[in-house]
Amino acid sequence: MPMDALAIDAEHLARRFGRRWALVDVSLQLRRGEVMMVAGRNGSGKTTLLRVLATAIRADGGRAVVGGFELARREEIRGISALLSHQSYLYESLTARENLEVVARMRRQDCLRHTEPVLERVGLSARADDPVSTFSAGMRKRLSFARVLLQQPSIAFLDEPYGQLDPEGFGLVDEVVAELRSRDASVLIATHQVERVGRLANRTITLEAGRVR
Amino acid sequence: MIAALRKELLLQWRTRAQAVAVFVFGATSLLLFSFAIGPNAAALREYAAGFLWLALLLSSTLTLSESFHEEMENRALEGLLLLPASPRALYYGKAVANAIQLIVLGIALVPVMIVLYDAGTMRLPTLLLIIILGGAGLSAPGTLYAAMTSQIRAKQMLLPLLLFPLIVPVLLAAVKATSLAILGDPMEQGRAWILLLVAFDGIYWSLCGLLFERVVEE
Repeated sequence: MPMDALAIDAEHLARRFGRRWALVDVSLQLRRGEVMMVAGRNGSGKTTLLRVLATAIRADGGRAVVGGFELARREEIRGISALLSHQSYLYESLTARENLEVVARMRRQDCLRHTEPVLERVGLSARADDPVSTFSAGMRKRLSFARVLLQQPSIAFLDEPYGQLDPEGFGLVDEVVAELRSRDASVLIATHQVERVGRLANRTITLEAGRVR
Repeated sequence: MIAALRKELLLQWRTRAQAVAVFVFGATSLLLFSFAIGPNAAALREYAAGFLWLALLLSSTLTLSESFHEEMENRALEGLLLLPASPRALYYGKAVANAIQLIVLGIALVPVMIVLYDAGTMRLPTLLLIIILGGAGLSAPGTLYAAMTSQIRAKQMLLPLLLFPLIVPVLLAAVKATSLAILGDPMEQGRAWILLLVAFDGIYWSLCGLLFERVVEE
């Protein structure tokens, strides 16, 4: 497979926390425009894998090329990718709109032009000027999703994207994943919603104790 | 850096009630220090500068530590680093915002000092310059150490333990320069202390900006 067709090319990735290895030997390849599901039980290493590839944490072993860049080139990888994490990355005292404006300004985007459609997309237009501290868990998740969309990533890492969402929110996630795919973006989804994501994903890997089963 | 500074100022504005509480803390500290001297007008005036900077220093540990509270609440700082935003820009945005907060606090405490210690001065522009330089000197290493201790449970205790030894030169220069501004400076020594403040500010602001990435990136 030619290298430029690959969004992610990871070989023997390893990561440990203290003396416990969360990832032992994970190799995977993800093509451009492809959706891959990462399945596995709690503690199998799904979140760690996504966080290593998104450069939120360092790998202790192995190598990976993300979007054509080695993992050490964090800034370049971060410029083309977005991570939907368990943590919302939101400022509680700022409003939904202000939180997105922070993201837009950091990425030197035109705030007004970009934030409004994204808020509309995730169904938070009516609450755009309310502080995040007044939001429910599901609304925070929607806003975190808006944060990812605002970044227009070529590679999206979605960690439990359905968590805390209502059935309408589930549909929103499916639509967004399809939309990212149609834009030739690659999506790596760690989830327990195996059946649902199975319908969206081109391929699936299952982790068990930090290894690909 | 402008985007980071804008975000910091917005966060400070949203939590402005805390700034009022910190001012009350600083003013109360000045009042309590004055009890240690007693009703000796000359002694009160002589020690006014030292107590002003001690009150500002103690207040700074509250504001500096608090400046990372929201960053850690939902791991917002990690979210910023992944955008990608330069860690150095984030540092300078936060350090400048913290310096502004400390300078405003310092200026607000001056009238309290004048009333409690009878320590008025006609050299207000000099005093303002010293507060700006001293506030900047506390903010630069304070922001770095606040980042270091922000994920530790005992951060309120650890921050002063790490910070206080480091800022001794700034504190010393600020106290001396302020004292000369209040009591008079017949030998014109004030300029030398202000230059020392400028030198330490330069060292802290450049060095801490370089080290911040190592502190916040895993």
